[in-house]
Amino acid sequence: MITVDIHRRIGDFTLKAAFSTQSGVTVLFGRSGAGKSMLVDTLAGLVQPDGGRIIVGDRTLFDSEQGINLPPERRRLGYVFQNARLFPHLTVRRNLTYGMHRIPEDERRHGFDDIVSLLDISALLNRRPGQLSGGEKQRIAIGRALLASPKLLLMDEPLAALDEPLRNEIIPFIEDLRDSLKVPIVYVSHSVDEVLRLADTLVLISEGSVTACGPVETVMNDMALWPVAGGFEVGTVIAARVTGQDKVFGLTDLSFSGHRLRVPGLGVHIGSQLRLRVRARDVALALNRPTNISVLNVIEGKVSQIRDTGEPQVDVLVDIGVPLISRITRKSMHDLGLAPGRKVFAMIKAVAIDRNSIGHGGPVL
Amino acid sequence: MWTPTLAEAEILLLSLKVAAVSVVFSLPCGLLVAWFLARRRFPGRTALDALVHLPLILPPVVVGYLLLLFLGRNGIVGAWLYEVFGITIAFTWKGAAIASAVMGFPLMVRAIRLSLEGVDRGFESAARTLGAGPVRVFMTVTLPLILPGVLSGTILAFARSLGEFGATIAFVSNIPGETRTLPLALFTAIQSASGDATAARLVVISVVLALVTLIASEVMARRITVRFGA
Repeated sequence: MITVDIHRRIGDFTLKAAFSTQSGVTVLFGRSGAGKSMLVDTLAGLVQPDGGRIIVGDRTLFDSEQGINLPPERRRLGYVFQNARLFPHLTVRRNLTYGMHRIPEDERRHGFDDIVSLLDISALLNRRPGQLSGGEKQRIAIGRALLASPKLLLMDEPLAALDEPLRNEIIPFIEDLRDSLKVPIVYVSHSVDEVLRLADTLVLISEGSVTACGPVETVMNDMALWPVAGGFEVGTVIAARVTGQDKVFGLTDLSFSGHRLRVPGLGVHIGSQLRLRVRARDVALALNRPTNISVLNVIEGKVSQIRDTGEPQVDVLVDIGVPLISRITRKSMHDLGLAPGRKVFAMIKAVAIDRNSIGHGGPVL
Repeated sequence: MWTPTLAEAEILLLSLKVAAVSVVFSLPCGLLVAWFLARRRFPGRTALDALVHLPLILPPVVVGYLLLLFLGRNGIVGAWLYEVFGITIAFTWKGAAIASAVMGFPLMVRAIRLSLEGVDRGFESAARTLGAGPVRVFMTVTLPLILPGVLSGTILAFARSLGEFGATIAFVSNIPGETRTLPLALFTAIQSASGDATAARLVVISVVLALVTLIASEVMARRITVRFGA
């Protein structure tokens, strides 16, 4: 359980953040310059807020009223920086043990060998940071933070400096931390993929303030928040369960609120839960159930809301048991005579849902 | 084989002793002052900066004379040192070491300060989050990272010390076996009518000493670079 309520003023920028979150992964999401990194630095104690309080678990790290302000070295928070910040003068092994040596042995929660094998870095132990690739550096930075047995792991866009393949190489490790080590994580990101795959709780930050905080599905499906969040493309997040595999055509069947959704094969077990994101522009609408078309997923629903800002395209919110957003042209809206209450069929191309649109976990609705 | 005479060996050893002692004692002060100048904003920072650089700009004889005023037997600090501890500094090799240290100090501070300013503070923040307090961070992260700068600052100060003349002769005079270092011995030889041969030999010793210092610093610098891994 993390409770944060702090404010800090620098020039004409004001950071004023209040949120509280359960364990698991909390993603701080927002555009660059929104104050995410400053917020994480504040949690770590590297930046001092003007006032407020920070509580992690049962420990008060900062409380201006009680005059508590633990220095960073006594906060016991692990911090994985965007650019790894491995000590260039030490070997990988000594980087890893730097924090571990400062923790009494009976308080160490992760064994050196366990972390090394979890992160698959045993071959790198005797190298220097200068001889490592970006992805390797980031894995070692994660290991170094974990070996200091933190009560909470802070990660400030740890994948931002990496290219796509490397990102996909690291994300499973972070999923592992969350699922097998049960380390609570506060994760700064401006990538929707990372939110989908990692987040339990989403904290939306805009211009120094928290604009929303809650479960990923709730926050990301809130139409009112899109202009604020800015960073992500409009779409719907749906929690679903894997119900079948079509071996012949290599498809996976998902089910959610009584609907079946077929997507390209995922290689996940039947029964597992996952979260997928359907981009609004990948959802087409029809007034009658279409026949003889290539689209595999046709779901009946009712228009509940239309967001028309005068642009050539409009966002139509369709109630299919869960809200589904479709982005169509204003012309189509007029031609079909769409209005709230109208029955429609939403069509989702299976191939529009790729690996990056799918994350693990999340409650099934 | 060309070998230095006993007298020349004595001069050489005295020079090395004076330079070594001056560097060893000024290094901790140099680190401290460089750290304050690079990292802290405090009233009088500019004044401290100017004071440190003064020996670089003032004629060395002025520095030597000022040292004599302060640290001589009748000087403000010198008199006190003599009365309380019975220590005499003026006209001893210790005074020569102090003169050398003062003259080399700006070079040392500049080099260390530059490397301190070049250190990515992010490494220090990272060490803090890993449980290291400020002193430990300095010892385990900052100091190793500025080692090349510390080394070059020390070499510069050492070399400056070996060549020190003006401040030394003004402060501790030119006493054989006590304060007559290489440059002073060379000066003495040049002054005497029959000193040409002696002067030539001392010049050779000076050149060899300078080359050895240069090579030693190169070797050490290379070791450090290797340690960091390109």
